[in-house]
Amino acid sequence: MAGIAVSTTINGDAVEYLCQPDETLLDVLRDRLGLTGAKEGCGTGDCGACSIILDDRLVCSCLVLGAEAEGRRVETIEGMAHGDTLHPLQQKFLEHAALQCGICTPGFLIAAKDLLAKNPDPTEEEIRFGLAGNLCRCTGYDKIVRAVQDAAIVMKGA
Amino acid sequence: MNFDPRFSGRKFASVGTRPIRPDGIDKVTGRARYGADFNMAGQLVGRVLRSPHAHARIVKIDTSKAEKLAGVKAVITAADLPDLTDGDAAMYDVLDNCMARTKALYDGHAVAAVAAIDARTARQALKLIEIEYELLPHVTDVDEAAKHTAPLINDAIFTEGLEEKPVKPSNVTKRSQFGHGDVHQGFGQADFIVERSFKTEQTHQGYIEPHACVANFSSDGTADLWVCTQGHFVYRQHCAQLLGMEASKLRVTSSEIGGGFGGKTHVWAEPVALALSRKAGRPVKLVMTRDEVFRASGPTSATSIDVKIGARKDGTITAAEATLRYSCGPYAGSWAEIGAMTAFACYKLDNVKTVGYEVLVNRPKTAAYRAPSAPMAAFAVESAVDELAKKIGMDPVDFRIRNAAQEGTRSSYGPVYGPIGIGPTLEAVKSHPHMKAPLGKNQGRGMACGFWFNFGGQTCTDLNIGMDGSVSLAVGTVDVGGSRASLSLVAAEELGIDYAQVKAIVADTSSLGYNDMTDGSRGTFSSSMATISAARNAILILRERAAQMWDIAVDDVVWEKGHAIAKGEKHGNLGKLSLKEIAVESGKTGGPIAGHSELVADGAGVSFATHICDIEVDPETGATRVIRYTVVQDAGKAVHPTYVEGQYQGGAAQGIGWALNEEYIYGKDGRLQNAGFLDYRIPVCSDLPMIDTQILEIPNPNHPYGVRGVGETSIVPPLAAIANAVSNAAGVRMTHIPMSPPRILAAIEAEREWSK
Repeated sequence: MAGIAVSTTINGDAVEYLCQPDETLLDVLRDRLGLTGAKEGCGTGDCGACSIILDDRLVCSCLVLGAEAEGRRVETIEGMAHGDTLHPLQQKFLEHAALQCGICTPGFLIAAKDLLAKNPDPTEEEIRFGLAGNLCRCTGYDKIVRAVQDAAIVMKGA
Repeated sequence: MNFDPRFSGRKFASVGTRPIRPDGIDKVTGRARYGADFNMAGQLVGRVLRSPHAHARIVKIDTSKAEKLAGVKAVITAADLPDLTDGDAAMYDVLDNCMARTKALYDGHAVAAVAAIDARTARQALKLIEIEYELLPHVTDVDEAAKHTAPLINDAIFTEGLEEKPVKPSNVTKRSQFGHGDVHQGFGQADFIVERSFKTEQTHQGYIEPHACVANFSSDGTADLWVCTQGHFVYRQHCAQLLGMEASKLRVTSSEIGGGFGGKTHVWAEPVALALSRKAGRPVKLVMTRDEVFRASGPTSATSIDVKIGARKDGTITAAEATLRYSCGPYAGSWAEIGAMTAFACYKLDNVKTVGYEVLVNRPKTAAYRAPSAPMAAFAVESAVDELAKKIGMDPVDFRIRNAAQEGTRSSYGPVYGPIGIGPTLEAVKSHPHMKAPLGKNQGRGMACGFWFNFGGQTCTDLNIGMDGSVSLAVGTVDVGGSRASLSLVAAEELGIDYAQVKAIVADTSSLGYNDMTDGSRGTFSSSMATISAARNAILILRERAAQMWDIAVDDVVWEKGHAIAKGEKHGNLGKLSLKEIAVESGKTGGPIAGHSELVADGAGVSFATHICDIEVDPETGATRVIRYTVVQDAGKAVHPTYVEGQYQGGAAQGIGWALNEEYIYGKDGRLQNAGFLDYRIPVCSDLPMIDTQILEIPNPNHPYGVRGVGETSIVPPLAAIANAVSNAAGVRMTHIPMSPPRILAAIEAEREWSK
């Protein structure tokens, strides 16, 4: 059971780890690197709670192998704020109460960040379809959509 | 100090504002720790082996091969969880559900568990456990299970509540009845009668966080449990009882909880994790997979309900009757009883009768799901009410207003109502702009009402004032949706200080006295009552300290807007002392300042809501789209209105999923066929419109601020409101939930055939 040596970049920092061939990137992040912000809601890519950005692409980290991160750039929720300064999406999620239990929030924030990077001025429908890969059971999505709309306005002005 | 919980009608400074929640930053930065986010040194990975059979006798379990696998530290079966329940039938069922003893009673029933050094080893070990099953006939449908010919799930159960004691065992565990008057006479006075049968399928709470815990059993006989739960004090009692411990030796810490909705009020994996840790002598982390969550936790009842309602031409209901059959899983429950209580609770009825039957089936043990049992009963009743209004030729809102319960009405389940919100929600709906919004082709509008009891219960709270004037509020109700914000607002209100000065936390079972489960919409209702009481106790001490600092009598000191003020002309030059000024000196005036509260929060005011929705039905495919949705609900007093809106919207969204799509699908083999979010599809962002909310505030007379619970009622009306909308859009009465495209299409086609 020799581990695979992986060199990757996580939230801008060079990171090295050993992982098993069948180990998901989500398991590596959570169990080996202590980055528990990404959550496992299903393990089958249906809920989006483990969303991360891999080389500018939004992925479910439960569907990526740890070994596949070799030489790539990984962005997780832990890298979203700049030090003490929250990302506008994080700030707007707080202001709009776009979270109740909060378990889906890291995934939604990552997915929304990816959405706004690709479409800085989305319609409500584009937001709804852009976030359709992330499940929330608490909010009915209303306040999440409003928070993303508000963050888009702030980010355009920045 | 005697606490006066009566509504005082005060003007609010903090309550009713919308500040950012204290746990918010941790939750948007990924730092908040949920059930699976906690680890201990030397921790093992626990995994559970589950029955693939719906009903089977366990003939033999051989764990020897698994035990010999390198890296396996413990293997347990029911033999490691001996029966210590001492005749407590309900706890015995919990024990049997945690680990099957003689029979596996549903697909997913736990039969053994392992603890190993890593997940891979644990998975391998499960495959090495050999179990010999003797398959038994099974039954998963509620109506089939209630028949005399159905396979018996437990031959020691004889139906309770019958006039004559039955001689044969039955899957029907109990009959319960509610009502008053004479329904036969009432139907005799009716000009119009609607009589229909309805079915609803089983759904899951669908919380995104699977059950997770870390158990650490120490060699000195004490243990710690970190767990996502709605009630860590109750989990402590149950786990301790099942493991033969004194409750005081088990400390339970509730993690951040990633959704519960009633589903995290029952122990499943926790006693197993503790037993594994006890046997292995090391901490064990046990996290359910999503497949396990669906197959073995939750779900709600599947139901079959017959309703009959009669009314006079003038729109007065003369009699109402319902028979409700609710599935309980393989263990006795009281789910139909609750359905029977809530069914007609919205109405003022002279003649009403409801009968509930609890039915055993080979499905997972039914658990509470947000206003448990009420949505299905409301679906049946509110569908029939709509149909009756149509028959009479009355507007459905006016028909409901005419028959709505009021203050002084004797409810269908017994008690006489105090001030209630059903009438006001209906009046608000009548004048709501939604009712005038234009409808397009193939679109229909529906509305429906819902009721929930709400609960108070045992509550213990500490309020500690730091020497810097900060206030730390320790509560024992779990924060499922922003209650730390609302309780901090309440502490700030009562003390007369800024919200920012208060920080609420959820304390563990060793730091605070007993608190009941966070259920029954009681979190903010009961803990705010305890917070007000604790704050009043702290104010008493603050006044004493101020009196000491001024060297005057305490009776001459009053507390106003966060300050001690010396009253009377003789003290005119003393000015005032802020909470912080008193706190800074506390070391010299008698030590720390705190207020405690231990109470039973009685008088949770009942809750009513009315929902409106517009649905578009594609007549070619049966597919539906929610066009508009509006929730009107009485909150008593909305402490943090944004989170109250969130509760309204979240309940509506869950109801929409239940009404249109969600259901457990079992094969003929009794196995669950859709144990994942791909095939058990809950609403996603693109399925829903914005959900409009209107908060009404009819004060609860039994709470100082008038607060009522708000969490659950919002899931009660949607099934019916959507069924009424779909029925109006499709031109055919829908009687089976969920109204999935095939069911709608079949109903439309049957109607076309019939009208040919």
